[in-house]
Amino acid sequence: MEILYLLIPLSVVLVFVIGAAFWWSLKSGQYDDLEGPGHRVLMDDDKPERGKADE
Amino acid sequence: MAETQSAYNYKVVRQFTVMAVIWGIVGMLVGVIIAAQLVWPDLNIGFLHFGRLRPLHTNAVIFAFGGCALMGTSYYVVQRTCHARLFCDKLAAFTFWGWQLVIVLAAITLPLGMTQGKEYAELEWPIDILIAAVWVAYAVVFFGTIFKRKVSHIYVANWFYGGFILAVALLHIVNSAAIPVSLTKSYSAYAGVQDAMIQWWYGHNAVGFFLTAGFLGMMYYFVPKQAERPVYSYRLSVVHFWALIFTYMWAGPHHLHYTALPDWTQSLGMIFSLILLAPSWGGMINGIMTLSGAWHKLRDDPILKFLITSLSFYGMSTFEGPMMSIKTVNALSHYTDWTIGHVHSGALGWVAMISIGSIYYLLPRLFGKPEMFSVKLITVHFWVSTIGIVLYIASMWISGVMQGLMWRTVNADGTLAYSFVESVKVSYPFWGIRLMGGVLFLSGMLIMAYNMVKTMAGGKIEDAPVLLPAGHHA
Repeated sequence: MEILYLLIPLSVVLVFVIGAAFWWSLKSGQYDDLEGPGHRVLMDDDKPERGKADE
Repeated sequence: MAETQSAYNYKVVRQFTVMAVIWGIVGMLVGVIIAAQLVWPDLNIGFLHFGRLRPLHTNAVIFAFGGCALMGTSYYVVQRTCHARLFCDKLAAFTFWGWQLVIVLAAITLPLGMTQGKEYAELEWPIDILIAAVWVAYAVVFFGTIFKRKVSHIYVANWFYGGFILAVALLHIVNSAAIPVSLTKSYSAYAGVQDAMIQWWYGHNAVGFFLTAGFLGMMYYFVPKQAERPVYSYRLSVVHFWALIFTYMWAGPHHLHYTALPDWTQSLGMIFSLILLAPSWGGMINGIMTLSGAWHKLRDDPILKFLITSLSFYGMSTFEGPMMSIKTVNALSHYTDWTIGHVHSGALGWVAMISIGSIYYLLPRLFGKPEMFSVKLITVHFWVSTIGIVLYIASMWISGVMQGLMWRTVNADGTLAYSFVESVKVSYPFWGIRLMGGVLFLSGMLIMAYNMVKTMAGGKIEDAPVLLPAGHHA
């Protein structure tokens, strides 16, 4: 199972990369507001112009 | 043609979305053909036999249909939620044309028997290199857009899409490492059980990141948008994301139970597979509960029907999967039709239905129409495909369990009670039912294509203006 010498270090590196991304997301304030983003996505009106005119 | 920064790049979204429907029909048609070949073996004509067409079917539905749906929706979602035009139009166009070239090359080489023989990674090395190039371009376009976003927060759907893009790049590059001997033939860089381990590390993570994380990105945008309600718990969606990507990587060995793979590796794979039930169901509940307090919308909105039913199938197959990864259950289910049924409850129920729902959401917006040409036809499509899936899964469950039980039955003297062909004989009627299920699902896609063409006709093909983010504090 020599392949584990590749897969395990690869997974460990990956976990550190994911960990770094997680750390960045915490520190940069991505999760300061965990209510607003859910609502904000709805405040973006993506109906086409012509569609709105028909309403 | 508005090529300015003040408009979203809808062109590439439109291209991918339309091709998703077309490749969906092609891939599912090949699926129906090979299902028919199992019922009527005489249909295996020349080199167009089951062995050659089956990888064509899987590649077409996963990478052509699923891939186009993922790339199209991710380009739409990342632009709308970042309030920024896609990074680099030329590179985005390259991802579209490059991906179509990959698909066409796959459709030519696989029936000709050019294959690396790795499930879901059959394509030969020159195509693998092209895939890697397209994928890197895709990552640059996607993350480039995230980078130039006008809001500080990165919406959770983009995290899922981003995780999917990075993980698939890694998986593809590691698993496709091969030594070419000619333009059309290469040998894996790994050998024996090592190769098997790499293959299923790739294979299961392809399910986890391509067919799960990517489509969860879709779910976290299109379910709230179509329901016009914020996701049930935004907090849970963030937990869902991190839990899923931290735990997914080691589930692969469950594909190699009772093989030459060391026992402890098999058990590790099984344990990680069981752990996965928690984040999966967290996400499923989060998606479905988005409708909480507005269940009536489900009654007359067929797009929501697609989206919510897809989540139910997601919940069902992410329960079934961990159960099948338990070694004692796997001893019964492995190599039987049960596995095929499980895959299709995920592929048709979850992947295809969430994509179909999202595409129905997108099409009118991309072609400047208030809604789809016919909402009634969406409802018809929904019921036809749901019945198709149920027939498919139920028939495979029955024949799978029957096969597993027959194969393991031994006489008092230890000899096998049934010959293999006896298990084929009892499975036969269920393969007919499976074919019917597939035909129904394919018919649904044809209804969708008709509806799409009618919606596109006379549509206004124009990029939508970039909207300023609503009430954000950057």
